[in-house]
Amino acid sequence: MKNPTVSSKDINSHPAAAMQVLVSKEIAAHIRSWRFNILILLIVLTFGASLYVSSMGLKDAVSNMRDPDQSFLYLKLLTTTDNSIPPFHVFLNFLAPLLGIALGFDAINAEYNNGTLTRLMAQPIYRDNLLFAKFLAPLIVVGTLFIALVLLMIGGGLLGTGVRIEPQELLRIFGFTLISVLYVAFWLSLAILLSIRFRQPATSALTAIGIWLFFTVFFPILVNLAIRPFLPNPNYISEQEYLAYNELILNLLRLSPSQLYTDATTTLLMPSVRSLGPIAMEQMVGAIPSPLSFRESFLMVWPQVSGLTAAMMICFAWSYYIFMRREIRS
Amino acid sequence: MKDPIIQLTGLTKSYGKVTAVDKLDLQIYPGEIFGLLGPNGAGKTTSILMMLGLTEPTAGTAYVCGHNATRNPIAVKRKVGYLPDNVGFYPEMTALENLCFIAELNGLTKSYAQACAKDMLHVVGLEQEMHKKTGAFSRGMKQRLGLAEVLIKTPEVAILDEPTLGIDPKGVDEFLELIKRLSKEHNLTVLLSSHHLHQVQRVCDRVGIFVGGKLLVEGSIEHLAHNLQQQEGVTTAITLEDPLGDTARFEEALKALPGFRKLTVTGYSIELQTDADVTAAAVRLLVNSGANVVAVSRNDYKLDDIYNTYFENSITTNTAHEKSNGFFKRYQ
Repeated sequence: MKNPTVSSKDINSHPAAAMQVLVSKEIAAHIRSWRFNILILLIVLTFGASLYVSSMGLKDAVSNMRDPDQSFLYLKLLTTTDNSIPPFHVFLNFLAPLLGIALGFDAINAEYNNGTLTRLMAQPIYRDNLLFAKFLAPLIVVGTLFIALVLLMIGGGLLGTGVRIEPQELLRIFGFTLISVLYVAFWLSLAILLSIRFRQPATSALTAIGIWLFFTVFFPILVNLAIRPFLPNPNYISEQEYLAYNELILNLLRLSPSQLYTDATTTLLMPSVRSLGPIAMEQMVGAIPSPLSFRESFLMVWPQVSGLTAAMMICFAWSYYIFMRREIRS
Repeated sequence: MKDPIIQLTGLTKSYGKVTAVDKLDLQIYPGEIFGLLGPNGAGKTTSILMMLGLTEPTAGTAYVCGHNATRNPIAVKRKVGYLPDNVGFYPEMTALENLCFIAELNGLTKSYAQACAKDMLHVVGLEQEMHKKTGAFSRGMKQRLGLAEVLIKTPEVAILDEPTLGIDPKGVDEFLELIKRLSKEHNLTVLLSSHHLHQVQRVCDRVGIFVGGKLLVEGSIEHLAHNLQQQEGVTTAITLEDPLGDTARFEEALKALPGFRKLTVTGYSIELQTDADVTAAAVRLLVNSGANVVAVSRNDYKLDDIYNTYFENSITTNTAHEKSNGFFKRYQ
């Protein structure tokens, strides 16, 4: 037997090394998997389709003088649609949860069922390193994918139209990318939580999809049903009361992460959006229909961004809690 | 005596009312191969997990390589290689990639891990399958790869949980020989758990018999057989040529043998039960008294008896359990 002798230069005792190894293994596994490649294809296709539709209608959108956002060509590229298919950020509202769930639903239980978890835990790594790697690796992949897509779009736009991109536009587009990644991160941490909770990957995937369907389809209906019995006839209440009720419904809807995401992305991609709730005519009097600055738009979506972050943190903290206390044995 | 490399003191693990491991005291010394034997569900895996700090003991301590496994599991895991009973690998990765991944997790640099992994695959005889995906591996190949993975971190202690489970007899032989050879070459301490006494007796220096969460007895196989002999006595069966006519002429003499317990005479044969082995004396006595001895058989206490006494009796009935406990107390 060739007896390998270990010299000091062969040992990398840096504490971050194990984490790095775990993350790069996870990334490699995702990139090589069929599942992820199909998802990428899906996203690239919807991105291409919505971009194609918007570039067709771009000329009209940019020359529409009554639109205060008409000078933001690149934002228009992301949001214009002829109503045949929804714009990309609305698509993403559906696809991002799917992406997060698909990348996380079997994070821990597949390791468990394969018998690799015990083996991994017998190595000199901290237990939370694995959890962090399971969370970080998909986000790195998704982040790279999104950034590549928007950079391709900007590059294509530059080549096609020759119009200079405003710094503000760049900030808004990257803000949009960031929030999209955050949205994926929320669903990912939820999926990881379920993958720790349930032994069978199928169960955790179905539960995650169930939660997603609940928030996208049933939640608005449920809010409507719950509010309607208390809602007085709009004809008999003052305008102020009417507004208060509207605000209440909106706030209830904002319990759903997809509502938060919609709010945040629309505000960021459409600089002229001034309020996310109803506005009285009095408030609009004297307002010049002009786009907001990036800072103002960002301040407006700050609650949404923190809401999404908080939801993600809760899911992650919960999964951390149950995973650290989990008995590891097959 | 050298300091033990694994020292368990009063190690206990309870799940609610069920006690999986009950006050386990065990010392394992550097360089020895220790077999932890017991039927399924005896608490072997639980004890092993506690030694690795993967499960928190309800009471007691486990010191491995001088570190407390519960308080400082990372230091223990650096020095201990563990092969779980249900070993699995990432099916979409090749054997080499799987091995490199573990090597890198143990702090080896990428290039060194690669070279080291190739060496190890040669050692365990998987060099042909190096670039095959592990999803297509058979159980025996997975066990070999698992062993390679244990060895790649150059451990001081290797803990193998049911390493022979599900491998064919030839594979078991090769696998155990490999473990024995590696242990000798590297002065590796090996803790082996199994419910196959027959398989592991050839490689273990010492065994501990573990039933119902309790370590009933420990020592070398010979030592256990000797103990058993003392309890059960030795049975010598002697067959004579002619039917026994007048038995009285040697019966008295046989009864006078040291450590005599019981004598049964039926037709041609004599069955003699004594504390220690008196076969030679009994035959001489019979020959001297004119009997024609044609066959003599001595009932040695072999593995099967050890197995039966400790494993089967103690789990099938409670009374048997108490019996073996009683025995253990007597001969501890």
